[in-house]
Amino acid sequence: MANLNIVDAINLGLKQEMQKDKRVVIFGEDVGKDGGVFRVTDGLQKLYGIKRVFDTPLCESGIVGMAIGMSAFGLRPVAEIQFEGFSYPALDQLITHASRIRNRSRGRFSCPLVIRCPWGGGVKALEHHSEAPETYYIHTPGLKVVIPSTPYDAKGLIVSAIRDENPVIFFEPKKVYRAIKEEVPEKEYTIPIGKAKIAKEGSDVSVITYGSSVRDCLKVAETLQDKYNLEVIDLRTLSPLDTDSIINSVKKTGRAVIVHEAQKTLGLGAEIIARINEKALLSLEAPVERVTGYDIIVPLPKREDLNRPTEKRIIKAIEKVMNF
Amino acid sequence: MRNAYLRTIKRMGSRKINIIDLFTGMLGESKNISIKKKSKTVKSNGLKTIKKFEVKKLEILDINGNCNKKLMPKLSKEEIKKLYEFMILSRVFDEKALNLQRQGRLGVYASMRGQEASIIGSAYALKKDDWIFPCFRENGALILRGYPMHQLFMYWGGDERGMQVPNNVNSFPISIAVGTQTLHAVGAAYANQYMNKKVANIVYFGDGGTSEGDFHEAMNLAGTFKLPVVFFCQNNQYAISVPRSMQTASETIAQKAIAYGFNGIQVDGNDVFAVYKAAKEALDNARNGKGPTLIESYTYRLGDHTTSDDAKKYRNEKELNEWLKKDPIARLEKYMRKNKISNAVYEKKVLENSSRQVDLAVKEYESTPLQNPEEIFNYMYSELTPELKEQQEEMLKNLKEENES
Ligand SMILES: Cc1ncc(C[n+]2csc(CCOP(=O)(O)OP(=O)(O)O)c2C)c(N)n1
Ligand SMILES: [Mg+2]
Repeated sequence: MANLNIVDAINLGLKQEMQKDKRVVIFGEDVGKDGGVFRVTDGLQKLYGIKRVFDTPLCESGIVGMAIGMSAFGLRPVAEIQFEGFSYPALDQLITHASRIRNRSRGRFSCPLVIRCPWGGGVKALEHHSEAPETYYIHTPGLKVVIPSTPYDAKGLIVSAIRDENPVIFFEPKKVYRAIKEEVPEKEYTIPIGKAKIAKEGSDVSVITYGSSVRDCLKVAETLQDKYNLEVIDLRTLSPLDTDSIINSVKKTGRAVIVHEAQKTLGLGAEIIARINEKALLSLEAPVERVTGYDIIVPLPKREDLNRPTEKRIIKAIEKVMNF
Repeated sequence: MRNAYLRTIKRMGSRKINIIDLFTGMLGESKNISIKKKSKTVKSNGLKTIKKFEVKKLEILDINGNCNKKLMPKLSKEEIKKLYEFMILSRVFDEKALNLQRQGRLGVYASMRGQEASIIGSAYALKKDDWIFPCFRENGALILRGYPMHQLFMYWGGDERGMQVPNNVNSFPISIAVGTQTLHAVGAAYANQYMNKKVANIVYFGDGGTSEGDFHEAMNLAGTFKLPVVFFCQNNQYAISVPRSMQTASETIAQKAIAYGFNGIQVDGNDVFAVYKAAKEALDNARNGKGPTLIESYTYRLGDHTTSDDAKKYRNEKELNEWLKKDPIARLEKYMRKNKISNAVYEKKVLENSSRQVDLAVKEYESTPLQNPEEIFNYMYSELTPELKEQQEEMLKNLKEENES
């Protein structure tokens, strides 16, 4: 076992799947020689050659469209979109085709592809490099959306994503790319797609979150530990959503706070509240609170924090549901 | 031929274009779709050559500061000095930005080192009423057009007020999303033409940008509607780590114009006279209703892609050293000295003056207080929506409480 961060853990998962399955190919902007701008694919071209790990011209729609054809014809493409804010040129290929080929062909063709994409803010970057666009993808029937928040889960989930028979959008929270290190087994294992994880067990309030906010929520749980016993749920998969884990937790605690950096309107929080209303309304001791990005364009770094679900804002929401 | 003075760098005449009858799907020779009536159709292998193309390159100033007098554009000594001064100012701005970034006083920055002739030569050819559509590597062009340097520092420092192009500067905002701005320039060109404004529109993008679908759609639209746009490609040989040769199988970027029905030309992008001349001619053509042009400015990014990048990982020192010899500023300096336009005293003065201006801009940037929090909401719509107003108030209330506690 090695002590790895998220970057290294994904790299290891990719490496092992490539070793095991000759159908796996990796491509995208700067993923080959450069090893990716975040070095997630570092060293893979050296190991597996340029036929299996290659740099593409600068064309997101081309990358994803090509992945569709490759996956339908027997390969297991793992394509990288360099930043979440540059995934939009590829939206057409994802929404119009990747998500629909199975349905359109009544099951004759499918798109077992993975789109890896550094995700989220808090990294003091230029415009388009700090966004949380998951709703567009969650809202698209036929796509799965995964977002690990720890190295262990990252490795297990990337392997599952590659093996999945459906198109998977694999978001990687770049704020914690290197911030968290933990023991990651060398040996093969998978984390199931569609299963949330209780990151910390508790009894007073369910804090439901994903991505880099998981770490912030765990810190809040620590800060407040003498006062409240928080349960922190790391969704890990955003689509399909693990409704059972959410409902079971809320039934236990009777209170919920949802935390995400994506915009508030039609952010995943809205859907989670709806499901709680449908399945656990009578267990609630207080209205569910949301801590989210506002309905604005992510501000440039000097003022980005105003828009982020900071620990202060999370604590405030927890106080509100606890003191209802 | 109008461009007879240019060196032909690529002939495509040997390639045949077969005419396929769309209805029968048969290879036929029934239609003569030759565009130039004069061009001869030559038979070979039973096929007619129906179109030949050439790609030209414009070079005027060599690395020793000698210029081809026949090709030299009309520029007064004062104008040449202006070009030089803006190139120096660009380099000083650039160096300062890199320094500030290293010290944590600026955010991620994209250096233009090595591309000053390309940037300044093209921007200097613009008239005041013309418009530019920049990507992120044209700070020098923006400075030349009057964008205050402290605002550029604000932009790269992560202050949104830096993005607000002053009203007297005809520039669209910096476009980070590669290639997208080409279409905006096409639309602006349509609007300007529609309103009978005799202005040209120049759009900047990199060699990598030519791979995006948007670029091709923009080229096609501009050609189809014969719009007053100049597509200015700064081919600096890399898109982050991906070399030009892996970006496209086209031997030149200039030749891409041919497919869209207008002129493309390659210029030595480290030769400010060549860049200026090509840009001026293209802009004049645009203003005079002669439609779009693609200029491939053949240059080199001497620095890293941005401050987040390490170019050593993907390119070798030998290549870098070769390009260092072609430095656009050194070349112009030699020319100016040889022609008694400048001397050491003048050069020193220009450098000092540039440093002073840049230092002042840094001072202004760093003494500007943070943007008011509520401002992050204010430009989403023409007016705040009720929901946004509520969110804005909630944020301000939270901040106030945080400050009090
Ligand atoms: C649509 C889009 N995809 C990816 C990126 C990330 N990115 C920023 S610059 C760059 C390379 C650009 O290369 P080129 O067009 O040659 O311009 P240069 O940086 O060399 O000036 C990439 C891939 C981006 N900004 N926009
Ligand atoms: Mg480039």
